[in-house]
Parts: sequence; structure tokens; C-alpha cells
Amino acid sequence: MTMMQYEPYVTADGRTIGNTMMEMTNITLRFGGVVAIKDISFDIREGEIRAIIGPNGAGKSSMLNVISGFYKPQEGDVWFRGEKRGPMRPFEVARQGIARTFQNIALFDGMSVLDNIMTGRLNHMSSSFLDQAIWWGKAEREEVANREKAEEIIDFLEIQAIRKTPVGRLPYGLKKRVELARALVAEPKLLLLDEPMAGMNVEEKEDMSRFILDVNDEFGTTIALIEHDMGVVMDLSDRVVVMDYGKKIGDGTPDEVRSNQEVIDAYLGVSHD
Amino acid sequence: MKGGQNLAEMKAVSGVPESVPALLARNVAQFGSKPAYREKEFGIWQTWTWAEAAEEIQAIAYGYLALGVAKGDHVAIVGRNRPAMYWSMVAAMKVGAVPVPMYQDAVAEEMTYALEHSGARFVVCGDQEQVDKVIEVQGTVHQIEHIIYQDPRGLRKYDHTKLHALADIQAEGRAAHERFEKELAEREASLLYDDTCVMLYTSGTTGKSKGVVLSNRNVIETARASSEFDHLRPSDETLAYLPMAWVGDFIFSVGQAYWTGFCTNCPESPDTMMTDLREIGPTYFFAPPRMFETTLTTVMIRMEDAGSLKRKMFHKYMEHAKKVGPALLDGKPVSLGDKLKYWIGDKLVYGPLKNTLGFSRVRVGYTAGEAIGPEIFEFYRSLGINLKQLYGQTEATVFITQQPDGEVRADTVGVPSPGVEIRIGDSGEIYYRSPGTFVEYYKNPESTADTKDPEGWVATGDAGFIEESSGHLRIIDRAKDVGKMADGRLFAPKYVENKLKFYPNILEAVVFGNGRDMCTAFINIDLAAVGNWAERNNIAYASYQELAGHPQVMDTIQAHVEEVNKSIATDPMLSGCQVHRFLILHKELDADDGEMTRTRKVRRRIVEEKFDDLINALYSGKAEQYTETEVTYEDGRKGKITATLEIRDAAVVEAAGQAQVAAE
Repeated sequence: MTMMQYEPYVTADGRTIGNTMMEMTNITLRFGGVVAIKDISFDIREGEIRAIIGPNGAGKSSMLNVISGFYKPQEGDVWFRGEKRGPMRPFEVARQGIARTFQNIALFDGMSVLDNIMTGRLNHMSSSFLDQAIWWGKAEREEVANREKAEEIIDFLEIQAIRKTPVGRLPYGLKKRVELARALVAEPKLLLLDEPMAGMNVEEKEDMSRFILDVNDEFGTTIALIEHDMGVVMDLSDRVVVMDYGKKIGDGTPDEVRSNQEVIDAYLGVSHD
Repeated sequence: MKGGQNLAEMKAVSGVPESVPALLARNVAQFGSKPAYREKEFGIWQTWTWAEAAEEIQAIAYGYLALGVAKGDHVAIVGRNRPAMYWSMVAAMKVGAVPVPMYQDAVAEEMTYALEHSGARFVVCGDQEQVDKVIEVQGTVHQIEHIIYQDPRGLRKYDHTKLHALADIQAEGRAAHERFEKELAEREASLLYDDTCVMLYTSGTTGKSKGVVLSNRNVIETARASSEFDHLRPSDETLAYLPMAWVGDFIFSVGQAYWTGFCTNCPESPDTMMTDLREIGPTYFFAPPRMFETTLTTVMIRMEDAGSLKRKMFHKYMEHAKKVGPALLDGKPVSLGDKLKYWIGDKLVYGPLKNTLGFSRVRVGYTAGEAIGPEIFEFYRSLGINLKQLYGQTEATVFITQQPDGEVRADTVGVPSPGVEIRIGDSGEIYYRSPGTFVEYYKNPESTADTKDPEGWVATGDAGFIEESSGHLRIIDRAKDVGKMADGRLFAPKYVENKLKFYPNILEAVVFGNGRDMCTAFINIDLAAVGNWAERNNIAYASYQELAGHPQVMDTIQAHVEEVNKSIATDPMLSGCQVHRFLILHKELDADDGEMTRTRKVRRRIVEEKFDDLINALYSGKAEQYTETEVTYEDGRKGKITATLEIRDAAVVEAAGQAQVAAE
């Protein structure tokens, strides 16, 4: 079986959406007797912003965990850049160029923002433990290069002022930004965002939306995100997958999804104006 | 910074270069390898020496020529303080164009006026935010031809036919340097001392903003005089963080920096200003009073949270500092014991505190713009920070008066700056004439003529007087608020009101007396402060009105008024402004009732009309007055409050000047 083929096209705002990057075919994920994901197929194209939406318990986070290799589906295949993914552990998936943020922030509270971000560079380090311990040769060169990348991301996300602040002392909105920084510093090809805007106020949401668009635009990073705020999803994403009770009930551009009757019934509700 | 000491001994002056680009050339020749600019980027301070900065500036200048910038063109600059933004300004001067720095936080509509009025064909922007605004302005202002930006982020996909990255402009300039070498040299050589150096738009709080044209002579003469006044050195360091469109930043970061050859440091981002300040430890520093106030409040709050040992130590030594710190700074005699105690305090408290604030190395510090509270001013001075005041405006190329070392006080703004003449008009308005006096308001001869008379005297719009004993200028009020009393003595309401409002119990005061034979006042108490006092003293009250009318509150306020009278009496010029009678208003002055502006400034005329009966009572000698006032509730309903207000006489002090008037 091969992946779905697409012709590349250029969006209205000048971004190029390429061929399929990742494809999920007939994924079914069960936890004992509970079926979290039921026979779902969809794909993510190079350079696009792809949203997964659905009511609580629809299986969105499970889907993201399948993509990130944390869960292994009982049925179905995951294809990444033309190759079927075999049994893989999460760090191997990370090495493929997939990075993520978490719904419940997973940072090291006692460490500074900079140190937290530096941990995201782990996959880009190849110097030995001994080299690093004595800070010699390659270890030093690597650290300098990694710090430079980290600073580039700090500048990009405008968090210079909190560079040395322990993460535990930061407000929620900034922690989310630091988590994004840690994912970005790994230079991912595919970035997975699990509810990047949950619990944020309007201004923080606007900032985060801006950053997501900028990441996609500046670094050409493909982004898959789960989000509850419909306004945000419809504004940001190129294509949307809608899930309900583990099933896919809709897939397409925001406009297509918005006018899909099944989606309206399950999730969006009826507009009364 | 090894070379710092040697550099300090270098002579800053050699001949008088007649333009900022000429100063740049001199700096390259004289201290080419010394840091000229620093900016924190990617967490590291990046440095450019004078020679390196000159090369960057030259590349931009060549790029401008390639783009077609003509002599006399206006090049608008809008962005936060970054070396490249300053370079863009100097490069514009090099090609004979006029840089016009603009406020980066202005919205597109506000920018439209200045961009249109200046006729700028080229705009240099810091980032996407500014580019977006200029593109919006281009919808109505069609003369803008090219936009240049520094930070490419988010701009990659924009239409680049008329939009250029500064780095590209520089690359183009470098590539085309042979083609333009002669042209640039010619243009630079043709710059005259009286050519326009820069155009700065006034903030325009009163009416349309005006483009103030400053010549090379204005900028260089002022920079020279003020640098010499404060003995600035090539080894000095400043932090450039105030808006580039403000004349002060232009004079500090371009005028004085180029004259003296000191280093201008740019913060990493607006949010990191305090950290960057600490890292750089500037030796020459300017900040508005608000910043010193906020910093002091932060220090005090953090001290309250500190452990008891630290807190006790802080308070004990700060008390000592207040006693001898300013004297030490002014070089006045201090006993050996006090000196020793101050030295210990410096090791334990003052030194570490200054280090935390980034003020360890400040040799010359200035504040200006509005009155600074005396206790704030004294706090910094007692720590050994040489904080001084200056008085100036855009039209004067900043400096009108400034305080010399050793003659620093909270209530004056210093002596006339070198080369500045000052005259007090009949109405009390301050006039000045100086080498820094602006050339004209751009395309506005009427306003120019209104402000500057044929002999070159400029009206400041402020009223003040020269203190005879010290020769220092003291600012009283805005000139239009200053009046005369019936017997011809000066009436300066805001001066008195500010003194009254200095007491925490007094929230607002309105002083009357224009054309009358004595001054009277309305007082608003501060409900928070007085309420707190009432609670501690078991005084029950149900409303603002009840508390305001309480006899003990009246006593307290009377004591405050009398203290203010005593202090005013020491000023021969203003002794007539002592408050003879006052009352405490039964309601707080409120913007909803039209008595104040939304920015909490009293609308004097409306208050006068509305409380006409009370003013009459103040002047008729009555002991109390019944009044009815209409009020607007927050939901828009109207109601009426009635009250019988007690009117008190306050003791006034017979001043020497007053006695004379009476005798005549």
C-alpha cells in the first residue's frame, strides 16, 4: 500500500502545502474492552496546519499519542514520509522529527526556562557522557550550537525576559510558551500540540495563535493540533478532522467541516443568527 | 573594558566637526577600536566598535543612494532602540537626507499625520508591526515609496517590490560602493553647520503635533556644552531605552554619544530593560520620575517581605544615609564617625542595593519631565547616586537648565545650561534663547512666529522664577494657569495644590484666588487614608460626606493647610498664594459629574460654576454654608445630595515680601 498522493498548492497567505507527510490507515486503538479509536484514516500534508477536534472523550488525545508513537494501535498502520512505521519507542519517533507539547504542562519546575528548553536539544547531541563531563572538544562545540538554537527560539517566542527564571515561578500562559519552545528547539518536522490554548485568556490565545502561524510560516513546520476553541481552530487550520466517540465523522477544510450536518449535530451546534 | 582608564584621559575634543557624520569620522580616527554600540542579542551582548559601526552606517548610506534617496529627503525611522535604527538615522544624515524618528507605539492614524506632514519618501521600520502600520498609512499617504525593515520575521511573504530588508539594502550598498563612492563623499562634504540635522515631532498633547527642525549647530553645540557641563567621558556607558522619537534620546544617544564618543547600549527587548540595566551598569543614565518612583516602591515592598534582620539593617542604615548621604555627595563636611558609619552602610546595604538596581556605576543621572517627589529624589541621592534634575524641551534641543554637581535640590531645576539665556516675562512665563534654539516648525511659519520672536527668544509655556539666593530656576505651573491676584501678586494654583496633595490625607485640592484679594481652597480627603485613620481611632462614619465633615478630620486638614502656608511663605514670589480659608467638599470630584477629565485632572472652570455658592461663602466670611449638589450615579441615574459645610480659617504667615507690599 502506498500513501495518498497530492499535488502541492500555495495557500492564499503564500504557504506551500505539499504532499502527504503522515498517513494513518484504519487505526483502531483499544484499552481492554474500551475502543478509544475506531477504524480511523486520515493524513497530514507537508507544511499544513491540521486540527483534530471533537467533544470530550472523542479520542483526540489518544490519536495524538498514536501519532507520537506513545500508543501502539491494535489495528492499522502509521506511515511517515513514505515508510510504514514499525514497532518504535517514543524517543525513536522523536528522532524522526516529531515533537509535542502536552495538555497538562510537562516541564521541569525547578529548572530555568533556558535549561528546560535545552533539554529539547537532546536528540541533537552525540558527544559521549565522558566528553560532556569534562567539557571537551565536541561536547563544548555542541553545547554552543545548541545554546545558539535555544536562543534563537527564545527570541522567536519573545521570552528573553524569563530566560533565567525557574519555570515553577511562571504563570500558566508563559509555561505553555516555554513548552512550545522546548518542542521547537528540537527542530521538528512535525509538531504536535495538545490543546495549546486551554485555560488561556483572550490575549494569551491571540499571542499563541500568532506564534503557531509564525512557526508554520517561518520554519515550515507541519503542525497537528488539538483544540477546543472553535474560533481558533477555524482560523488557524488548513484542514480539520472531527472525531466523535472514537469515530471520524468529518474531514476537510474548516468551511466544509462547518457545513457538515453530522459535525453540526455532534459538536458545533446550530447557529441561531 | 581594560582600556577604560586610558580612554577616560583622552581628549574628547579636537576641532569642531560640523555634522554628526563628521563626528563619526572623527570618532573612528580617534577611538576606532573602542565600543560604540552594544546590543543584547541571543542572550549575549554584541559589540560594535566605532570603526565597525561606521562601516555599517556607510553600507546603509550606499544602499540609500542605490534606492534613490535624494538630498533633503525625509527618512522616517520607527522602531525600538536598536543600533541599526540609530545607524539608519546617521546614514540618512550622511546622504544629506533628514531623519525623522517617530513614536513606535503610535497607532497608524497617529503616524499618518507625521508621515504625511514630513513628506517622507522612505520609512525604516524595526519589525513587522511597524511595517503593517506604514502599509496601512500608505492607503492615504501616497508619497511613501519604499519601506525598509530590520527584523524579517513574519515579512517573508510580503510583496517585496517596494519593501526591503535592511540587510539587503546594506548588501546592495556594499556591492555598489564603487559606483556611489564619489557621490557619497560629495554629499557628506557638503553638509553645513546650519543644515537640518534631524526633525522631531512633538507629542502633540495640545493640538496637532509639530515637526521641530533642529540643525547640526543646535545638536552639536548643545551636545558639546552639556557633555562638558557633566564631564562626560569616552568611557561612559548609557542605556538607550526611551523612545527614539523623543528629543532626549536623540541628544543622549546620538548628540552626546557622538560628541563624547561614549557607548550606547540597547536592551534585548523592552521587557528585559531592568536586567539589561543591571548587566550594563550605566555610568550616565536618564529616567523619568515615574521610573524612579516605581523602582523605589518595588524596593520598599521587597524590604517589607525580607527577614527581620535585613529589614532592621535596611531601615537603620537608610536613616543614616538620609542624614549624611546627600551631604557626602555634595562634598559638604561630614564628621568622621558619620563617614565611617556610611562606609559600613555602603558595604552592607547601599552597595548591594545599588548593584541590584543597576545603579552601581552611575556617575551622572538625570530625571526630568515632571516634578519628582522630594522623598524619592532624596532616597536615590542618599544612596550616593548622583541624581540631578534638568528642565528642557524639544524646541531647546533639550537643555534649558540643569543642576550642577553639588547644587542639587528637589525643588529647583538648576541653573541655565551653558550658553542659555533665560528671561522671565511679565506674566511669569519663562523665555530662553540658546544655541540649541530650534530652527523652525516644519511647514508651519505661524506657529514658529508665535513661539520664537525675531530676537530668538522662545516662550516655554511654563511659569517660573529664578531664585535669588542660588540663581536656580524654579518651575511653578503651566503659564496659562497662572494668574494675578487683585493686588497684582502672582497666583499659581497648581503649585499650591501639588503641595497640598503631597499629604496622603488629601486626594484633591482646588485653589481659587485669580483676581481676588486672597486664596481659598476646596479639599477632597482621600477616603482610603482618612478611613484607615478613622478605623484605628474608633471613629465611626457611614459615608464619605460624614467623614469629610468630622471635626477631627477638619482639624487634621487645617494643620496640613497651615503647614503648606508656612512653606509657601518662604517664597517671596508666591507668598500671596497662602490659603486663607478652606472647606472639605461633601463629595469626591468625579469624572462622571464632569468635574474632572478621565485622566483625573480637575476641570477648574466647571468646578467654579458648579460650586459657585461655596466659593461665595469662602469669600463672604461665613462660617458654614448649606448646599445642594446634583450627582450622577454609576448607572446614569441622577440624584441630589445636600450638606451644610463648615468653612475654616487657616493661619497664614506674614512673609517679608508681603509686609513690604502692605507698607507701600
